[in-house]
Amino acid sequence: MTPLPPFQTVLDEHSAAVMGILRGAVGRDGAEDCFQETFLAALRAYPKLEDASNLRGWLLTIAHRKAIDHHRARGRQPIPVAEVPEVAVENGMPDLDQGVWAAVGALPPKQRAAVALRYGSDLPHAEIAAALGCSPEAARRSLHEGLKRLRKELG
Amino acid sequence: MKTTIDPGTADRFKARAAEEGLLDVAYTSADSPFGPLLLAKTRRGLVRVGLPNQDSDELLVDLADRVSPRVLEAPKELDEVRRELDLYFEGKLDRFDLPLDWRLSGGFRQRVLRAINRIPYGQTRSYTEMARKAGNERAVRAAGSACGSNPIPLVVPCHRVLRTSGALGGYGGGLPMKQGLLELEGVLDEKHGA
Repeated sequence: MTPLPPFQTVLDEHSAAVMGILRGAVGRDGAEDCFQETFLAALRAYPKLEDASNLRGWLLTIAHRKAIDHHRARGRQPIPVAEVPEVAVENGMPDLDQGVWAAVGALPPKQRAAVALRYGSDLPHAEIAAALGCSPEAARRSLHEGLKRLRKELG
Repeated sequence: MKTTIDPGTADRFKARAAEEGLLDVAYTSADSPFGPLLLAKTRRGLVRVGLPNQDSDELLVDLADRVSPRVLEAPKELDEVRRELDLYFEGKLDRFDLPLDWRLSGGFRQRVLRAINRIPYGQTRSYTEMARKAGNERAVRAAGSACGSNPIPLVVPCHRVLRTSGALGGYGGGLPMKQGLLELEGVLDEKHGA
């Protein structure tokens, strides 16, 4: 059994990744609340955590659930976007605030999370699967479907 | 793509963790004339003081293991501890008034440390006297090792314990620090202890 590191280490090492996927999943405004809920839930459960070998996957699973709760609470449905503004892209990735991420935010939850985890947090498929609590194949499929839909929407 | 988080976000998280009773160990570092100290407290009180020559990361891992893994850097929680230590180092405080959490030492060691905690400012005692106060006069070496393992040095003043001969003995923070503390308290002049 890997011993649990001081929670401060967990916060230092993974808060940026958690914030990254939450911004992709619920937008910049909702991300702050979801971040608080995610880390409070994690801190509450932390002493009983039995396997400390994949803390990032564990946190991202919690973050994913909090993002789903957030969407449920707001009763939000994916909103089709009439016009997508053109955005400048640097290093092959757009800024978080720009149109592409708005479109990502409008994807169905699993696809949104898969895209955000892959491109927002740069996670490999296996970790996306761990975060979503599904098989790597299912994660790959969600990612693929999400990207297909984005391509269609963003033309 | 690298996402950064606003420092206010982490502060809000820690404030809520404290409100909800989830902050089991709060720590901070603090300056001292001898170098940086690590200060850690639980809801019961001050649980650990790390001296400048001790590795803070190791101390935090040890706290996570022995007290609770809910360890967070939360300087505000230690404001009062820092304030009293600052006054002490300025020579303006001769008695700490801080709740202490003794859980990191048990049995005979804890009895020795509690006896040490009653040695007044500016006075010294011998390891033998501490062994006797703790209930076993012959356990002088064990009393010495209790001093050596003191989790709350400075506040629990193990620097006030000397050999019967008057020699300094040992100190977890190094002998120059022990000598410096005794000079601060006016027990030693600067030539003593060599």
